Amino acid sequence: MTDTSAPPLTPSADPAGDVPRRITAPVSTGDRIFRGVLRAAGLSVFLIMGLIAFFLLYRGMQAFRATGWSFFTQQKWLTESGVFGIAAVLPDGIIIALVALVIAVPVALTAAVFVAEYAPYRVRGLLVSLVDLMAAIPSIVYGLWGLFFLQPRIVGFVRWLSMHPGQYIPFLKVRTGDIGTSYTSSPFIAGTVVSLMIIPIITSLSREVFSQAPQGEREAAYALGSTRWGMVRSVVLPFGRGGMIGAVMLGFGRAMGETIAVALIISPKFTVTTHILEDGANSISSLIALRFGESDPLSLSALMAAGLVLFALTLVVNMLAAVLIGRSRSGAATAD
Amino acid sequence: MSGHSTAAAERSEQRVRLGGIDREVVSTIAGAGCGSLALTWLLYERVLPLSGAFGFLVCWYLGCLVLTWGIARLQWDRRIVRERLVQLVVGSSGLVVVGLIVDQVGYVAIRGAHAAGHLNFFTQDMLKTATLSPITSGGALNAVVGSLEQLGLATLFAVPLGIAAAVFMSEIGGRLARPVRTVVEAMTALPSIVAGLFILGVVILTLGVQKSGFAASLALTVMMMPIVTRAAEVVIRLVPGTLREASYALGASQWRTVLNVVLPTARPGLVTAVVLGMARGVGETSPILLTSGFTSGMNANPFSGHQVSLPLYIWNYVRYPAPDMVARAFAAALTLMVLVLALFATARFIGGRRPGELSRRQRRRIARDLLGTDHNAPMEEK
Repeated sequence: MTDTSAPPLTPSADPAGDVPRRITAPVSTGDRIFRGVLRAAGLSVFLIMGLIAFFLLYRGMQAFRATGWSFFTQQKWLTESGVFGIAAVLPDGIIIALVALVIAVPVALTAAVFVAEYAPYRVRGLLVSLVDLMAAIPSIVYGLWGLFFLQPRIVGFVRWLSMHPGQYIPFLKVRTGDIGTSYTSSPFIAGTVVSLMIIPIITSLSREVFSQAPQGEREAAYALGSTRWGMVRSVVLPFGRGGMIGAVMLGFGRAMGETIAVALIISPKFTVTTHILEDGANSISSLIALRFGESDPLSLSALMAAGLVLFALTLVVNMLAAVLIGRSRSGAATAD
Repeated sequence: MSGHSTAAAERSEQRVRLGGIDREVVSTIAGAGCGSLALTWLLYERVLPLSGAFGFLVCWYLGCLVLTWGIARLQWDRRIVRERLVQLVVGSSGLVVVGLIVDQVGYVAIRGAHAAGHLNFFTQDMLKTATLSPITSGGALNAVVGSLEQLGLATLFAVPLGIAAAVFMSEIGGRLARPVRTVVEAMTALPSIVAGLFILGVVILTLGVQKSGFAASLALTVMMMPIVTRAAEVVIRLVPGTLREASYALGASQWRTVLNVVLPTARPGLVTAVVLGMARGVGETSPILLTSGFTSGMNANPFSGHQVSLPLYIWNYVRYPAPDMVARAFAAALTLMVLVLALFATARFIGGRRPGELSRRQRRRIARDLLGTDHNAPMEEK
C-alpha cells in the first residue's frame, strides 16, 4: 500500500491542454491519531530490539570491564575468581549447531521437495500441517524425547562410529576408553536432538519457496520432455536457491539459540571440543540456563555478556538470511 | 511421446505419466528392499564386526538405494532411473519426517499416560509431594493454572501490539515499513533465552520487580509478538484492495476502513495468527525459566510471588532421579502437547478460509435471509 489514503484518479478526457486535477486528501484528526498509534506500534519493534541490546550491554558491562578482551579468549568459566570467557562455549555451541545442520539439511530439503513436488496431491495439505505442527512442538518436549528415547538408542551407533570410522577420522575418536558413559552426553547427540527441531523449520520454509516456482516454467520444462526430477532440478531448485540458503541459515540461528534440549542432554565442560563423540559439551544458551541461579552480580553480569554475544551472532545470521530470502528471485514476488 | 499428430495417431495417443507409481516401480523397490535386507544382514551382522540397530538401518537404506539403481538400470534408461531414485530418496525423507513426529507424539503420550491417568494429576499441586511419594499424590494443577495465566497475559500484550504493527506495515507503509519488517523477521528468530535474559535484566534486576508470572508473560510477549505480526501481515495483505477502495468511495476515513472493512475481512486469518503465536508461546521454556521463579505450590496470582508453568514443571521434575517424578514430567509434557495440538487444530480449523470467504454457517444464514425476504432472489451458493 502507498502513503495516500485516497485511491488515485486517472484523467478521463484527453484534450491536449488538460492537466490532471491535483488531488489532496485531507487527513482527518481521527486518521492522524490512528496513524500515530500504528506508527508507534511499528516502531516498538525497534524499541524492543534496541532495549534488548542496550540492557544486555549495560548489565554485561561489569563482566567486560573485569576481563577486558580476554572475555573472548578465555576458555574457563570461573566467575568467583574473575577468570571467565566464551572461547570454549561459543565454538562448542557452533559445533552443536553445525552437527545439527549436517543432519538436518539433507533430510529437510529432500522432505521439502517431496512435500512440494512429489507427494500425492490429496495428502499434501496433511503433510504441510504435520510439518508445521512439528515446528510448533515445544522444545522441552524434544528435549524429553531426546533424553529418554533417542539417547539410549543412539549410543550403540555412536560407539560404532567411534570404534570403526573413528580409527581413521580423528574427530570421531573417543579418547576416554570404551565405557558406557563416555558416549552419552556428546555434542553429537545434542546436535542430533537439535537437528530434529530445525528439520521442520527448514522444511516448511523451503517448501513454501518451492511451491512458488512459476507454473509456466514448470510446464515449459515438461513440454521439453523433462522428467519430474529434471523439472525440479532445472526450475524449482534454481528458483528456490536463495530461499533454501535463507532457510538453512535461519535453521542455524535457531540451532545456535536452542537452550533446553541441549541443556538436558549435555554434561557441561569448558574446553573447546575437538572430538564430537566424546562426553561433554556446552553452548552459550545452555550455560545461561544452567548457571543463572548464581546470585552474585559478577556471575550474572558475565551471563548477560555471553547473552549479548549470542544475541549479536544470531542477529547477524538472521539478518543475512532475511536479506538472502528477500534478494532471491523467489522473494521478489512477495516483497512489497 | 508420440510424434506430430495425424487424426489417426491422435486416437492411439496415450497420456504420458509424468510421475506416479505403477506396479513395476513398486516391485523394483520392494525387491531392492528385500535384497538389501538380506545382504545387510549377512554383511553387517555376520561378516563385518558391526552392531547396533541404527547403523543397521543406515546400511540397509544405502544398500536399498544401490540395489534399486541396479535393478532399475536393467529395465529403464538412465533418465528414468534417476527419476525413480530421486522419488525414492525424497519419499523416504518425507516418511522419516512423518515417522519422527508420530514417534515423538506417541512416545510422550505413552510415557505420560501413566501419571496423567490418575485424576489427582489435574487436581493437586506438588506442595505435599516428596521425591519418593507414590504417583497417586501430587499433580500439575498449579502448572496448568500458571501456564494459562501467563499465556493469557502474554496474549493480551502481544496481540494488540502485533496486529497494530502488522496493520502499520500493510496499510500505512512508507519508508519505514521495510526496516520494520526486517527487524520483525530478526525478532522471530531471537533466541528464547535472550528474551528471558532481557526481562531478567530490565524488569527484575533494574526495576526491582520480583520474579513472577507477570515477568514471565512479558518475556513471552517478546517471543510471541513478532510471530503474530508476521502471520497477521500476510493475511492483511490478502484483503482485496477493491474492498478498501469501496470503503473510501463511500467516504469512510482510513481508521474506519481498517477497523470496519480490512480487519473484519481478515478475521479468520488474524485468529490463526494469534493462535499460532499462542501455540508457540505456551511451550517456551527458557524465557520462563529465567523470569518466573519456581514454586511447588499453587499460586494463582501472576503479579506476586513465584509461579510455575508447564514447561518449567517438566524442566524441574525430569531431572529428579525418581521414576515417579519423571512420570509426572512426562504427564505434564503430554498435557502441554495436547494444549499445543488443540491450539494448532483451532488455528487450522479457522484459518482454512481466505479473507472474505464465508463459513458454511454464514452462507446458510445469508441464504435463509434471502429466502425470508424475497423468494425470487437469485441464490449465490450451491
